[in-house]
Amino acid sequence: MQKKKVVLTFPYKLINEPITYHLIKDYDLEVNIIRARISPREEGRLMMEISGKEEPLRKGMDYLKELGVEVQSLAQDIRWLDEKCTDCTICIPICPTEAMALDRNEMTVTFDQDKCIGCGLCVPACPYKAVEILF
Amino acid sequence: MPKTIREINEKIKRGEAVVVTAEEIIDIAEEKGAKKAAEQIDVVTTATFGPMCSSGVYLNIGHSKPRIKLGGGRAYLNDVPVYTGFAAVDILIGANALPDDDPRNKIHPGEFSYGGGHVIEELVAGKDLKLTATAYGTDCYPRKKLETWINIKDLNETVLFNPRNAYQNYNVAVNLSDRVIYTYMGIVKPHLANANYCSAGQLSPLLNDPYYKTIGIGTRIFLGGGVGYVAWQGTQHNPTVPRTPNGVPRAGAGTLAVMGDLKEMSPEWLRGTTMHGYGTTLTVGIGIPIPILDEEILTYTTVKDEDIYAQVIDYSQAYPDFEPGSLGEVNYRELKSGKITLQEKEVPTGSLSSYAKAREIADTLKGWIKRGEFLLTESVQNLPSADSGLTFKPLKERALE
Repeated sequence: MQKKKVVLTFPYKLINEPITYHLIKDYDLEVNIIRARISPREEGRLMMEISGKEEPLRKGMDYLKELGVEVQSLAQDIRWLDEKCTDCTICIPICPTEAMALDRNEMTVTFDQDKCIGCGLCVPACPYKAVEILF
Repeated sequence: MPKTIREINEKIKRGEAVVVTAEEIIDIAEEKGAKKAAEQIDVVTTATFGPMCSSGVYLNIGHSKPRIKLGGGRAYLNDVPVYTGFAAVDILIGANALPDDDPRNKIHPGEFSYGGGHVIEELVAGKDLKLTATAYGTDCYPRKKLETWINIKDLNETVLFNPRNAYQNYNVAVNLSDRVIYTYMGIVKPHLANANYCSAGQLSPLLNDPYYKTIGIGTRIFLGGGVGYVAWQGTQHNPTVPRTPNGVPRAGAGTLAVMGDLKEMSPEWLRGTTMHGYGTTLTVGIGIPIPILDEEILTYTTVKDEDIYAQVIDYSQAYPDFEPGSLGEVNYRELKSGKITLQEKEVPTGSLSSYAKAREIADTLKGWIKRGEFLLTESVQNLPSADSGLTFKPLKERALE
């Protein structure tokens, strides 16, 4: 099993297409939708975690690209600005996946991109705007 | 044999002073015993780094040609209003100030992305700030309008002056209601889902000198990356709260008013801060040296997180309604472990005060003293202590009729 966290951007013409359905049905992929929206520029944006076997996962991604869906990793949409973080730890009980973690000896905060699901709860919680979600 | 500050300063000048942080002293005293440690150690450095709302900067912009009298007029720095009630060209910017057109909490919770605290951070960082002002004009100050960029390097006196900083202990905020609340203690989730605290605990200045035996008016300190002084007791100074047998207040108690030359400070230690749904503030770094004059003073500095208790307060109802009562007491060791137990529930904790940054400040101040760059001062006057009878009074509201 492989897992990918991606952000899909659909052009206007694909907004009504059941793309997620095809990923599940035709490629046997497990899809966990984190966020979805239609932007004012009339693009669809879908943040999701996709998992499956290597081959179908690759084919699923190819299917998306052929349709004209732009696929980028979630990491590009979420930015943790280390230089702004003061290691205050106020985000620690807010983060639901422990992507924000605290080394209790050093009392310093670290951010694990792989654990982040882009829920955005930390964004308003951070007093120093050390997290940015572009989604 | 007790030491004097003068003797300690002589050692500092010779580069012989033994300086440790309030964290390091704990093990040293345990190993050597308090008596021996008091003889060997000269200075213990303490520190804190957290949002401190009662903070501001006063500055003198210099006179324009022709002259303008801002006093009684209106002035703004980067659209954030500043206080103009002092003379012609002295202005004061407070950390909580917001642009007139900021929507505040009209759509709750408001974002509060820019305010006085951010102006102060940009000023100290050496960025140009937009000054706009209007005045009524007089014979000697005829000008009525001013629009210009200003920069800290061109200003006259530019002084950080914080009426209340470095709280000696603080509340732990929780939320018993069923809605999310947005407070100056951060976002507090419903049904006791998180607990937010704000103190450096065993490193915090006034917790290491609980009766203010060495920290007083005139004490030289690390302030915002530069050198500052304790100017007075802070507002809301409340030394008569209940204390543990070792003298440590069990709730918010003493506070400090501090000041120093902003031009010598750094944006690393003065950070503009946003509390979502609440407002803006300034996060301030403060470090205070404690001269180890005798065994008693040494013993106070050995205070550990597990000896310091804070009160857990419901910020959905008890705090806003100013009702007495605490949901319980927890110590800082528990708070720093990441969870506390309240009403038989495990509650995850987060801090607004950065312990890592406090450590860095205590180490920096230690370095300054060891290298002979920072001498200690004798306080000019003590702060009111537990025996002063001073209490923090609520507002006495009286009908205007």
